Amino acid sequence: MTPVLSIRGLQVRFRTGDGILHAVRGVDIDVAKGETVAVVGESGSGKSQTMMAAMGLLAANGTVEGSVRYRGEELIGLQPRALNRYRGSKLTMIFQEPMTSLDPLYRIGDQLSLPLVAHGGLSKRQALARAVELLELVRVPDPARRVNAYPHELSGGQRQRVMIAMALANDPDVLIADEPTTALDVTVQARILDLLRDLQGRLGMSIVFITHDLGVVRRFADRTYVMRHGEVVEQGATAALFAAPAHPYTRMLIDAEPRGRKAPVAPSAPVVLDARDVRVTFHTGSGLFGRTRHEIRAVDGVDLRVRAGETVGVVGESGSGKSTLGRAVLRLQEASGLVRFEDRNLMPLERGELRPLRRRMQMVFQDPFGSLSPRMTAGEIVTEGLLVHEPALSRRERDRRAAQAFEEVRLDPSGRNRYPHEFSGGQRQRIAIARAMILAPKLVVLDEPTSALDRSVQKEIVELLRDLQTRHGLAYVFISHDLAVVRALADEIVVMKSGRVVERGDVERIFEAPREAYTRELIAAAFLAAPVET
Amino acid sequence: MTDAAALPVTAPVVGRSLWADARTRLLRNRAAVVSMVVLGLIALACLVGPALTGHAYDRVYPDYVRAPASLTAYPFPEQVIPAAERIAARARAKAEGATVANGAVRLALVAARPIDERLLAYFDRSDLFGPAKVLERQEEGRRLVVEAPIEYRTFLFGTDSNGRDLLTRTLIAGRVSLAIGLLATVVAILIGVVYGAVSGYAGGRVDLLMMRFVDILYALPFIFFVIMLVVFFGRNFVLMFIAVGAVEWLDMARIVRGQTLSIKRQEYVQAAQALGATPSGILRRHVIPNTLGPVIVYMTLLVPKVILLESFLSFLGLGVQEPLTSWGVLIAEGAKNIQGAAYMLVFPSLFLIATLFALNFIGDGLRDALDPKDR
Repeated sequence: MTPVLSIRGLQVRFRTGDGILHAVRGVDIDVAKGETVAVVGESGSGKSQTMMAAMGLLAANGTVEGSVRYRGEELIGLQPRALNRYRGSKLTMIFQEPMTSLDPLYRIGDQLSLPLVAHGGLSKRQALARAVELLELVRVPDPARRVNAYPHELSGGQRQRVMIAMALANDPDVLIADEPTTALDVTVQARILDLLRDLQGRLGMSIVFITHDLGVVRRFADRTYVMRHGEVVEQGATAALFAAPAHPYTRMLIDAEPRGRKAPVAPSAPVVLDARDVRVTFHTGSGLFGRTRHEIRAVDGVDLRVRAGETVGVVGESGSGKSTLGRAVLRLQEASGLVRFEDRNLMPLERGELRPLRRRMQMVFQDPFGSLSPRMTAGEIVTEGLLVHEPALSRRERDRRAAQAFEEVRLDPSGRNRYPHEFSGGQRQRIAIARAMILAPKLVVLDEPTSALDRSVQKEIVELLRDLQTRHGLAYVFISHDLAVVRALADEIVVMKSGRVVERGDVERIFEAPREAYTRELIAAAFLAAPVET
Repeated sequence: MTDAAALPVTAPVVGRSLWADARTRLLRNRAAVVSMVVLGLIALACLVGPALTGHAYDRVYPDYVRAPASLTAYPFPEQVIPAAERIAARARAKAEGATVANGAVRLALVAARPIDERLLAYFDRSDLFGPAKVLERQEEGRRLVVEAPIEYRTFLFGTDSNGRDLLTRTLIAGRVSLAIGLLATVVAILIGVVYGAVSGYAGGRVDLLMMRFVDILYALPFIFFVIMLVVFFGRNFVLMFIAVGAVEWLDMARIVRGQTLSIKRQEYVQAAQALGATPSGILRRHVIPNTLGPVIVYMTLLVPKVILLESFLSFLGLGVQEPLTSWGVLIAEGAKNIQGAAYMLVFPSLFLIATLFALNFIGDGLRDALDPKDR
């Protein structure tokens, strides 16, 4: 059977200020009709650029060599006009970020009907009717009304459905999905994947699935290509590949799920944080004269108790209030209720009175790119807390402490005069952890510290956090939507939904016997690919 | 943690900051580099040039009013003898047999009565000649053979309608214009950055009040404002800073406030708050350094704007006080004399235009360098 899409010897190079970057080095990929092919790799492996090159969507400084054939027709080197006969109609693409890939200025219906008018030769009116059909196909509720909605009126999952509808508009042969579910909540992710599989069954198209998430691959793909440093290191039928990975890199990827459990804490350990009935309310839409006020209860009466050396995992979807809770217990967010930190009630304290306490309660953020100021060196970032809490320290002394902190998070101290953009994501997260650790805190609130990282890096960060906890007897509040990570780190789990705690309990109990449907759904979504034996 | 002494102190690798990145990108931009060289040369000329031209900027040469620009030195040969004859006439004598030789004019003064030799000072007083010497006295002092050295002067840009060297004045004017441009910009940026950052970071009611105050200042008509200042305090160099600075920081404050609003949502600001950093520390270490990119770009565009504004005010007669001058004043004068002496308009304008072009190209280059969206 001849493949629908055949990539041979594809090379992609980028001219950058530092010379030529060889992003893709001779990749061969075949996609047969009706099959699902996954391209897996960590960030920087060239998996996205391979497909972007095939679609003629490379950035201006990129050059491409090799051959991409769609039903025997060579696509590389085609003029944009000629390429557009296939691109957007027979070869379509959906992107990672549903928030930004829809134009906020146009209605959903207009955006959907654009490719129909351009490629399908429909009239405007026919196109709109077809747009409603398409929305129905991707199961957007109330499609007749939704065609007139603007993108900001839809949720992330609905937007991604619209993107899929757009890609399906002209009955494509090949649908390229570039991390289509990464930016979505786990539960939404599962539904989108179900939708894609269902659509594939009904429409018979091929899907190229680009992802870093092996869980998705295992459940979804017929064949898998594993990419690393711009090359395919291994390929084969998904089941066979997972059963007997030949290449060490593949083995490492499959094995990268954080494993192990945390040793329980002695019940006599002192309570570090004791929060009772924490409430955070946001007021929105206060009109010009303060009338139409809406209250959003982001955190609605939550209790949280953490002992020294203990980790409490707070899990839930985005919007469940888990991050707000984390900020509220550190008094970074105005809240009501009672928060005791080491026998002191934080609530009545002024900002100045809180400052000396701050060194013992720290926070690590999700985004290792956003949480480090781009204009400061790593050393300056790490020692900023010393500047606040030990202003008497000399510059040399601070530098020495920075080097120590770097060693503690297993970073090379000679890099402390480098700037954040010179580090990888995992290294940056280590810097963020070092910034918290340099003050020798008792409590650390970790707000999704591993979510923006590749699986293999996640594993290292989890090990680092575990190690730091045993060495210093830290109390962690670990906020995450990723139950695999939470299971490896936490003693107790608090499941949140819409600002309330729906379930709480020991890790073992939650995973073995979840009481609430919501918890079960979260677990199912997180472990959709987990090896069956666990 | 390990003991300090046991820790091998590794020499840190020097990192490549975003600023260094931007610099390499800027240096690769040919137009910007050429502009920086041109601007540097103009600034250097304005700084040291007036000391080298051989003329003071306020020295009046009555004999050279509106002398056209010329590469050869004044006086021209054909001007020498008529000038000498005019001086003779002022000494109530007649000039006979005037000749020019060896950079001096030699002539005989003839009069009905003995000539008072003190009247020879007229030669010295003229801009063309040095002190005259009497070579021979004849006919009991009624005929003097006199020799006066010719003083050659170069007016590369000509002279203005008061007989002052235009080159020197253009360079001095450049000092004034560039200084006002730079200082008023720095003043505007200092006020604007601090005001905008505080307003944006504080947010809420403080932000509202601070920004409404900016709006009120915006509503004041600028020219009216300047005329009021001039009427009350007289024309004054410092007034220019105040007038221009008072108006131009408003834009800056708005730009920085907008930047601050987005920066304070960044996680690194939240991280600093979690560390317990003070608001002023956060502003200083995190907010302001990260707004500097757009600020610097805006600065390079503000300098020409301010120079132009100063020129405009000076053109209207509200600018700097004579004999000090600025490019705007010179251009205004040149415009008045455009029919007889176009060079008076051309040269200051060339300097102004070159400066404005250079600054704008640098601004463009900086914007591309600091905001590399199309890498």
